[in-house]
Amino acid sequence: MLKELFFIIVSSVLVNNFVFSRFLGNCPFLGVSSKTETAVGMGMATTFVLTMTAVAAYFIQHYILMPFGLAPFLQIVSFILVIASLVQLVEMVVLKISPALYNAFGIYLPLITTNCIVLAVALLIPLKNYNLIESTIFGLGAGLGFTLALILMSGIREDMEFGDVPDALKGPAIVFITAGLLAMIFLGFAGLVPL
Amino acid sequence: MPNLILISTLSMAGLGFILGGGLVIASKKFAVENDPRIDEVLGALPGANCGACGFPGCSGLAKAIVEGKAPANGCVVGGQNVAKKVASIMGMSDAGASADRKIARVLCQGGKAEARLKADYHGVKSCRAASMVNGGPKGCPYACIGFGDCAGVCPFDAITMSENGLPVIDEEKCTGCGLCVKECPKSVIALTPEKNEVHVRCRATLKGKDTRAVCDVGCIACKKCEKECPFDAIHVVNNVAVIDYEKCRNCMKCVEACPTKTITAAFTERKKAVIDDKCIGCTICAKNCPANAITGEVKKKHAVNQELCIGCSICEEKCPKGAITMVRNGQKANNHCASCNAAK
Repeated sequence: MLKELFFIIVSSVLVNNFVFSRFLGNCPFLGVSSKTETAVGMGMATTFVLTMTAVAAYFIQHYILMPFGLAPFLQIVSFILVIASLVQLVEMVVLKISPALYNAFGIYLPLITTNCIVLAVALLIPLKNYNLIESTIFGLGAGLGFTLALILMSGIREDMEFGDVPDALKGPAIVFITAGLLAMIFLGFAGLVPL
Repeated sequence: MPNLILISTLSMAGLGFILGGGLVIASKKFAVENDPRIDEVLGALPGANCGACGFPGCSGLAKAIVEGKAPANGCVVGGQNVAKKVASIMGMSDAGASADRKIARVLCQGGKAEARLKADYHGVKSCRAASMVNGGPKGCPYACIGFGDCAGVCPFDAITMSENGLPVIDEEKCTGCGLCVKECPKSVIALTPEKNEVHVRCRATLKGKDTRAVCDVGCIACKKCEKECPFDAIHVVNNVAVIDYEKCRNCMKCVEACPTKTITAAFTERKKAVIDDKCIGCTICAKNCPANAITGEVKKKHAVNQELCIGCSICEEKCPKGAITMVRNGQKANNHCASCNAAK
């Protein structure tokens, strides 16, 4: 059991990293990764939303959608509903706890709603037949993976500020290339765990 | 099958209801104590988000006003009304807020009919582009080019282009945001105080003869206005007449004198002094009248010669009894003072 949970977390953070292997959530990944400080904040907020979504998705799948046979066609609608509400909640909490972080997030906080990682996690849970604990860990792992990606990227980008980037590649171009290289590096984790 | 529809509708409605309820509770619990004045000030601002105040949008200005970083009259567009509202929300006196309303006015009359062209321009239909080609197609280097860049930039639809190729500003709609002033490559639009009715509609500093050669309505620096002005408010500086808006009293004598009709004012709306029965014949008005339009014996009601009256309002200010009112053509004399009008 514990071994499986460990596999799930390693899989979702490293091997099947949502940003680098599944190429989901690229908008916030490129948008909020210019400073490590905001990257950490964004990662935390997304991790929170992801974990909550995973739990909520499990309950909705098993207690509402499956018993009534609604799963085939109401899955996406109901998950989106849950995600939107959760993001609203996080927005309120962040505004209350740290207005500075709220300002730093800017447009990206509401964008968690449309972060496809969140919907992907919700949709993958029924597909993989995870139980409650596995679902939670899966959501947490996805969030940690996203945070890891953000922090790696922001670290590189902060250093790149001082680097001698060719004129033609300045701005988004070099960021995309970096993201692509990072994704290739993460290919190296393939086969690390049997999942 | 109908059952399935019912179940799915109910379950989604229930889910939405629970989540919505949760959010309501959370919004109460995590409510952030924003300064309520920010919302109030924001409500008082026009909401055009034009950025003329220098802050990012109206909400930015509202925040800055509440934090004391911007004055209550920070909104150029809203003018006095908005400034007053904002000042009352902020608990300031109106004094700081009562900025004179300014509106944009076009200081060039050289349209297609009046100004001669030095070249045919067939390029991009934009004043800015045209002005880069040897200063524009018009002979006068100071003239309005007439492609209507100003009309395009006006967020309030206050500027239209006339048949003659000149911008016409709707003074009601103009808010004095100054975007057209910035946009005009020839600087023929200027923000002027609303109360001023007399304007020199020319900015050409060419010598008189040269101006005459390129434009029928340009200032030729003849100085006739300077001599006529009873208030020393207009002077020819650098070959063009310039009005001191502080000193000008809208008497329109310079408008009468101008041979090229460069100086304009709404003549039909020229004010005339009217003396009512409160007059005690103190002769103060007659002594102060720059046009010698008031006559009358001591201790008898004075009379204004409407032909001579230039509408400068000096008598109105000097009269110790408030017996003189300035009336625009077409308006009836109002024999009541402002305070009893207000009391009605």
